[in-house]
Amino acid sequence: MEHVVIIGNGISGVTVARHIRKNSNKKITIVSAETDYFFSRTALMYIYMGHMKFEHTQPYENSFWKKNNIELKKGFVKSIDTASKTLQFAEGDSLQYDKLVIATGSKPNKFGWPGQDLEGAQGLYSKQDLDSIERNAPDNKTCKRAVIVGGGLIGIELAEMLNSRSIPVTFLVRENSFWNGVLPEGESAMINRHIKNHHIDLRLGFNLKEIKSDENGKVKSIVITETEEEIDCNVVGLTAGVSPNIDFLKSSTIEINRGVLVNRHLETNIPDVYAIGDCAEQRDSGIGERRPIEAVWYTGRMMGETLAQTICGNRIEYKPGHWFNSAKFLDIEYQTYGWVYAKPRENEAHFHWKHEDDTKCITVCYDTTNNTFLGINTFGIRMRHEIFDRWLTEKRDVDYVMKNLPEANFDPEFYKHFEKDILAAYNNKLQTA
Amino acid sequence: MSNKIDHSMSLATPDALNITTKQKIALAAGLVGLFILLLAVFNVDFPNRAVFLAISLGLVISGTVVYSREAYLTKLEGIKNDGAWFKSISSRGVLGWALGVFLTTFYIVLYFFPKYLGLGVDGAANTGLVALFDPLSNLLSGNNASQWFVYGTLYTVAILAFGYKFMLKYRHNRYQQLRTASVMFFQTAFAFVIPELMARLNSDDFSLPYNDLKNMWPLNYYAFDQWRVDQFINAQTVGLFFLILGVVMIFVISPFLTYKYGKRWYCSWVCGCGGLAETAGDAFRHLSDKGTKAWKFERWMINSVLVFSVVTTVAVISTYLGYDSEKYWFTKSVFLISIGVFLTVLLAGILYYKREELNKSAFKGAIGFYILTIAFLVFFSFFDLSQIKINASYFSFGLNQNTYNFDSALRSFYGFGIGSIFSGVIGTGFYPILGNRTWCRMGCPMATIMGIQQRLFSRFRITTNGGQCISCGNCSNSCEMGIDVRAYAQKGENIVRSSCVGCGVCSAVCPRGVLKLENDSMDGRINPTEVLLGNDVDLMDLLNKN
Repeated sequence: MEHVVIIGNGISGVTVARHIRKNSNKKITIVSAETDYFFSRTALMYIYMGHMKFEHTQPYENSFWKKNNIELKKGFVKSIDTASKTLQFAEGDSLQYDKLVIATGSKPNKFGWPGQDLEGAQGLYSKQDLDSIERNAPDNKTCKRAVIVGGGLIGIELAEMLNSRSIPVTFLVRENSFWNGVLPEGESAMINRHIKNHHIDLRLGFNLKEIKSDENGKVKSIVITETEEEIDCNVVGLTAGVSPNIDFLKSSTIEINRGVLVNRHLETNIPDVYAIGDCAEQRDSGIGERRPIEAVWYTGRMMGETLAQTICGNRIEYKPGHWFNSAKFLDIEYQTYGWVYAKPRENEAHFHWKHEDDTKCITVCYDTTNNTFLGINTFGIRMRHEIFDRWLTEKRDVDYVMKNLPEANFDPEFYKHFEKDILAAYNNKLQTA
Repeated sequence: MSNKIDHSMSLATPDALNITTKQKIALAAGLVGLFILLLAVFNVDFPNRAVFLAISLGLVISGTVVYSREAYLTKLEGIKNDGAWFKSISSRGVLGWALGVFLTTFYIVLYFFPKYLGLGVDGAANTGLVALFDPLSNLLSGNNASQWFVYGTLYTVAILAFGYKFMLKYRHNRYQQLRTASVMFFQTAFAFVIPELMARLNSDDFSLPYNDLKNMWPLNYYAFDQWRVDQFINAQTVGLFFLILGVVMIFVISPFLTYKYGKRWYCSWVCGCGGLAETAGDAFRHLSDKGTKAWKFERWMINSVLVFSVVTTVAVISTYLGYDSEKYWFTKSVFLISIGVFLTVLLAGILYYKREELNKSAFKGAIGFYILTIAFLVFFSFFDLSQIKINASYFSFGLNQNTYNFDSALRSFYGFGIGSIFSGVIGTGFYPILGNRTWCRMGCPMATIMGIQQRLFSRFRITTNGGQCISCGNCSNSCEMGIDVRAYAQKGENIVRSSCVGCGVCSAVCPRGVLKLENDSMDGRINPTEVLLGNDVDLMDLLNKN
């Protein structure tokens, strides 16, 4: 019986395992050094905030794995010998595979800041990161202030977490507006104001120079590059993005760049070795407008769904559909369908509408040459994935989308609807334009 | 395993999240209000009962109001679950257990030892707590209070005060606000004020039983007891109207509304048990067990209670119907046969038209419970139940030594075991331990009937938004009915579960906008998928076509 070994028990590794099990009776082993069982790392913040306990972030009951005959091995893979198809563990033992799936995810970026490895300086990615923040910031007496470096999705989640325990937060963002490399100006500005409304000390356009240590090797303060200002703090959140967690592959014959290089079939340069999820890098270029490395929950899941087919004998290409994503910025939910860039590209235009309460807005992107709808960002209004996926496939024009926006509404019943206001603003804009 | 350990070992500051001075004052005011009630229990004779009752209830309500305003209006609108698993009271800590023991004790005294609350026995005047409520009872119905009046008042006060709190907590969510306003209204008007006022109509030659219009059989298990039916029939047009309305509610109104909106129209918009669970019980919703073992237990338990309730009601009715068809056409035999035919046709219809939606265990369960019920019907038709005597001491560890006829034995055992112990003592007393919907989930026969219908014949479902789910688990965590919502959402599958009461909190807490409660067509309501929306369309076609 063929033995499939999967390194990493995150969403990618677990999805490929589940789908292989559905289609075959191969022997499956999932290796992880992080936790005994799969958990949803997107929910780590809710544990710290007291909404859930760790066990609630585990999507499957512990009995699930045995019932589905999926073996779980706790261990840290130190090296891979692809010639003999053997994994060497840091613990000393080894494991033979017939097919190997690398799904080791990401690690937080550290850009060589002085003091970046002190106790109290950390990212927020793994279970161990959660344990660390619980240790260093259990309450606002132990942690009198925290500084977060890097204005992205994890940074704002970390700010929300610390805020929930009344720990004062200074939020250093390199850009001059929050996440404005991704979000159009109006949206980014709205989120800036929302962050400040939560009494978070948002500092736009500032960089970290160094982290200073106290006599015990713990974080004492940070210094800002631009102003030389020193801010006392007990925790520094390093949330300037993530990169593939593949250091253990450096000595192997598996070809890597920033991530593990794979072709469109998620195959590496070595036969029977595959890579999926955050750690995989598309060899030639990203698929469509997607980036070569996509550290997104659902792309990991989709790669898992796809690779399981290949491993079970139905070799197929990874062909993700229309881009979509979602996040939540403190109290404001965000969804996106199709492509909306921070600034309209050539032959593109944006229509932006914002509600006067400053917590809801949308941005629609369309092609100015033929009016084709290209994508939408929506804040504070939920919309239907299925509808936008269909409209994108049908290449609807933007007028059609704006007129039929009520069809895409996904807000709970009895919520106030804004499609009329949006359409009026849209028509108005066309007349004045 | 919680990362936040030992949070509630300190009695002085049990919670990491401190409350403000204003909240401390509000809490103290509410506790003084409760303390007045406690003093009354210990027979402190207040000089002016009306004033002290008003002060007591006023303090409880205003304390809760001030506390909630400080808790929610000082913050931006949004999800307010910070520290739910840290706070002692809402995470089975010392305070949680203390509250559980207190509530359980209260229910035991209320149901079985009302004299300790001061209920006057054999015509004696009320004393203690019950007497404190005499002025209010006189104001409404013109009669002195009973322990049930005390309970009804406190129940209504709890729903109103905590309903207000809940509305502030979800002030960004109109579904939650309207739903809460609805349960507050139905509790105050239908369960409390109207029946009390209607008691004023009663005179020597006219009397109606206490009638909460929205309280249907089989939740109201005594709906067709002989004394009640007799009273209705004797109360001429009005009484007959209520009796017929009761039957129409069960067979027409409820099925129609459940078809259109799901059982939520009742369970989380109208029902009093649901009303208390959604308001006073909201802080405990995450404590319900989401495991598959609990789900298995739930299916056996709740269906057994339904069978028990049907059998008991049939037994009770069959004994007061006559044998002689000359006197009145509706005899015991006609009744038993028509029930048997009704159940057979119903089951046959479901098994035929819904055969594809029933899995093996549902199929076996339905047949098993059907056979059990029919066996009882056959038994009832061959024996005169009033001639079969049961000594209650065998079933009550000797506590109750009376001998009952078979039908009243069933009736008493149901009233004691299900009506008092299950729905009251366990259902509400154990809020801080088992969560706020234990009764609704495990015991309520009304919920069973509407649940079967919701699963098979209803337009209601919770729609999942394509591929947006990130498996975080907020939805499952906040489901008071113990449904593992995430298990469906992460598969892109709509949630169509008989137990869902449609409270909408899963949808509210979802950080990615994945869940929406909807009424839509029956087609494609249940949509299991292998691969979620967003992936390769060819792969989806390949794997989802079945």
